[in-house]
Amino acid sequence: MVESALKLERARYERSALVEWLTTVDHKKIGILYFWTSIVFLLIAGFLALLIRTQLIVPENTFLGPETYNQVFTMHGTMMVFFVGMPLNAAFFNFFVPLMIGARDVAFPRLNAFSYWAFLLGSLLMLSGFLFGAAPDGGWFGYANLTSSKLYSPGLNIDFWVMGLQVLGVASLASALNFFVTIVNMRAPGMSLMRMPVFVWMTLITAILILLAFPSLTVGLVMIMFDRYFGTNFFNPAAGGDPVIWQHLFWIFGHPEVYILILPPMGMISEILPTFSRKPLFGYTFVVFAGMGIAFLSFGVWAHHMFAVGMGPVPNAVFATTTMLIAIPTGVKIFNWLGTLWGGSIRMTTALLFAATFISMFTIGGISGVMHASVPIDYWQTDSYFVVAHFHYVLFGGLVFAVLAATYYWFPKMFGRMLDERLGKLHFVLTLIGFNLTFFPMHFLGIDGMPRRIYTYSAGMGWDLWNLVISIGGYLTALSFLVFLYNVVRTFQRPADAPADPWDGRTLEWSIPSPPPAHNFDVVPVVRGRDAFWIEKYGAEEVVGPTPERHGPPTGGSPQRPHNPDPGQHAGHGPSTPSGHGGQAHIHLPPPSWFPLSTAIGLTLMGTGMVMHASDTLGSLGFPVVGLGIAVVVVSLLGWTFEPIHEEAHA
Amino acid sequence: MSSTAVGHAPEAHATTTGISHNKMLMWTFLASDCMFFGSLIWVYTAYRGRSTQGPYPQEILNIPYTSVSAAVLLLSSLAMVLALHGIQHGNMRRFRVWLGATAALGALFLGGQYFEFTEFYRHGLSLQQNLFGTTFFVLTGFHGTHVGIGIIWLVTLILLSLFGRLSPANAERVEVAGLYWHFVDIVWIVIFTLVYLIPY
Repeated sequence: MVESALKLERARYERSALVEWLTTVDHKKIGILYFWTSIVFLLIAGFLALLIRTQLIVPENTFLGPETYNQVFTMHGTMMVFFVGMPLNAAFFNFFVPLMIGARDVAFPRLNAFSYWAFLLGSLLMLSGFLFGAAPDGGWFGYANLTSSKLYSPGLNIDFWVMGLQVLGVASLASALNFFVTIVNMRAPGMSLMRMPVFVWMTLITAILILLAFPSLTVGLVMIMFDRYFGTNFFNPAAGGDPVIWQHLFWIFGHPEVYILILPPMGMISEILPTFSRKPLFGYTFVVFAGMGIAFLSFGVWAHHMFAVGMGPVPNAVFATTTMLIAIPTGVKIFNWLGTLWGGSIRMTTALLFAATFISMFTIGGISGVMHASVPIDYWQTDSYFVVAHFHYVLFGGLVFAVLAATYYWFPKMFGRMLDERLGKLHFVLTLIGFNLTFFPMHFLGIDGMPRRIYTYSAGMGWDLWNLVISIGGYLTALSFLVFLYNVVRTFQRPADAPADPWDGRTLEWSIPSPPPAHNFDVVPVVRGRDAFWIEKYGAEEVVGPTPERHGPPTGGSPQRPHNPDPGQHAGHGPSTPSGHGGQAHIHLPPPSWFPLSTAIGLTLMGTGMVMHASDTLGSLGFPVVGLGIAVVVVSLLGWTFEPIHEEAHA
Repeated sequence: MSSTAVGHAPEAHATTTGISHNKMLMWTFLASDCMFFGSLIWVYTAYRGRSTQGPYPQEILNIPYTSVSAAVLLLSSLAMVLALHGIQHGNMRRFRVWLGATAALGALFLGGQYFEFTEFYRHGLSLQQNLFGTTFFVLTGFHGTHVGIGIIWLVTLILLSLFGRLSPANAERVEVAGLYWHFVDIVWIVIFTLVYLIPY
């Protein structure tokens, strides 16, 4: 039987819980690791935001000095983008993409584990700057030559930033490669591209964006590193270097990065709204193609971050036009979500409240975005609090609201427990009020001329009242997260009794128990249309396209529809019948491995050594540690290559 | 079951597209690497001819010398094709000879680059000297690093085959390494044209 074969396989790797988590290659466990890690980072980065708001609560405050303030706002931004936004999305990619396409794992399970460990260790490397009073302080955008010249940034602050980001970049690239191959290559029979859940589509598009956008950040960081460590001239104007080159490289990465952050939330919304409206997603094809349109355009808009740099009227006009064009596919999506809700039998769950609020909050952020797509208006708004308001409506009102919706929606599947709905609604109301109280007045401050990134301001500028209101809003938002944490703790004190399909879901993850077994599916599902599980439950008026026969060697189990065993369908594959004897029904699960963790340790040692090299006290140890890191990576990769991964659990 | 032994490659598993995971991973990685080299090359182009002091490229570049080493690298691609042909047709000896030749030609190219770098350095061109030195060494250095990683990969494949861990059934592993190798060669064609051939 499936279960007994599994137990056999598992028994060989019976280890302590800690070792199990350190060596796991199970996409669900890795997803959970991503989830909790980024929640912790969210709390830390949120705490940094509270420090910022405490400093700005009254004019001429002395709570934080300028140096500390620079570190705090830089780390708040860097963490929210790289330690919170991307990995929270990755948590849901990891847990749900294989389930939604009917796969047993990702294409490269060990590479997946490596991505997580490199993300964790790279983040810790950068965070460790705080221990030395030298956290990054050059802004999350790290403009050269402030960051590239030791003259302007003599401490280790920027070194922590550069090296931490390089490690995180490797983690993101590895993860994107993995999910691209997984989605393209590991779909269950019948799961054609246009039957994929929109969340899977957005994951695929995000993976492509990461693959094409991150290299330019890598190159930019390499240039900063060379300027700082080896005295090169990339951003040295005295030798003809041009700091604006950094801005181009950074924003060619940085604008697609915005969509790397927001497309997965759009996918989450596109799963949650149909479920709680009991309707299919309105205009599925348009939503998918709008996602592709946004991704394509995102590579042609980067210079709208640089209107005030002085590129001249022609580039400014071109980039203003392309930027406004992005409003079209985004608008398509918004109307499709509204169309999904329209006329549905809506259930007001916490997940739906967060998801529906996402639409309005994101729209506010989108509208202010279109406003500063216009160059003359941008001249007024750039580097002011208006911009801060804009991107927080997109990233908090957008990403965070969607991720919270997804958390309430998918929590039962991940942990087998339902979050409390009453506490959830309290959480929602507090977040909604706190968030708007924090960020809406920033529009007024920005129009009134208050610059971003300043650590204090004079009394009598007319900014006192709104700053006070914003800070109160910030504390309220923090309170709402305490309610969320309380909800999570309470939920874990109750028994794990979530049903397999608590929301009457539409996609394949709801067809298996909560939480899913290690092998995900007893039998690989056969997909007969969009909303694959819905069709199995309720049938479809018309199932478009043929129902496929499984061909090729069985990778375990046999093709059957969920809840509808139909052995006749695969008469040609006798040995793969799950009820067969002699252990033929082995489901192959990759064994745990230490090498992903050790490779990530080696990579992070390389970054750590580089930071040490730049320090006064440990400078001589720097390159030896880099060498040690390279050695660890090489040995780990060799072990990785030779490690047997295809042992079969024959009975 | 037909799947027999340890190391039975994942390419034997059915995939949605029929393309193995490993091959798709390599193609996808190469797409990303295109953007990596694209960014480096763009920076080189943006800084072309903007050095404020010598040595300038036209004074120091030795086009005939580098043409020979470029030809060496391109020949290695031919050897790579012959090595793949060897293993695909079950001729392991031919495979090892030609893969060895590929690695050796790659090493010869790297040796030529090392000689070129030291020669330039003796003429006063360093990473720090001017923008040309900065962009030239970083661009060609990253390309050289790619070649070096490729050589290590090829040598590993030869060793694997000597220890009986690589058989014609795994020919695709060689094909995937070949994709990488050819890509690195193609990048050199672009760099060679841009840095050496187009007059300053």
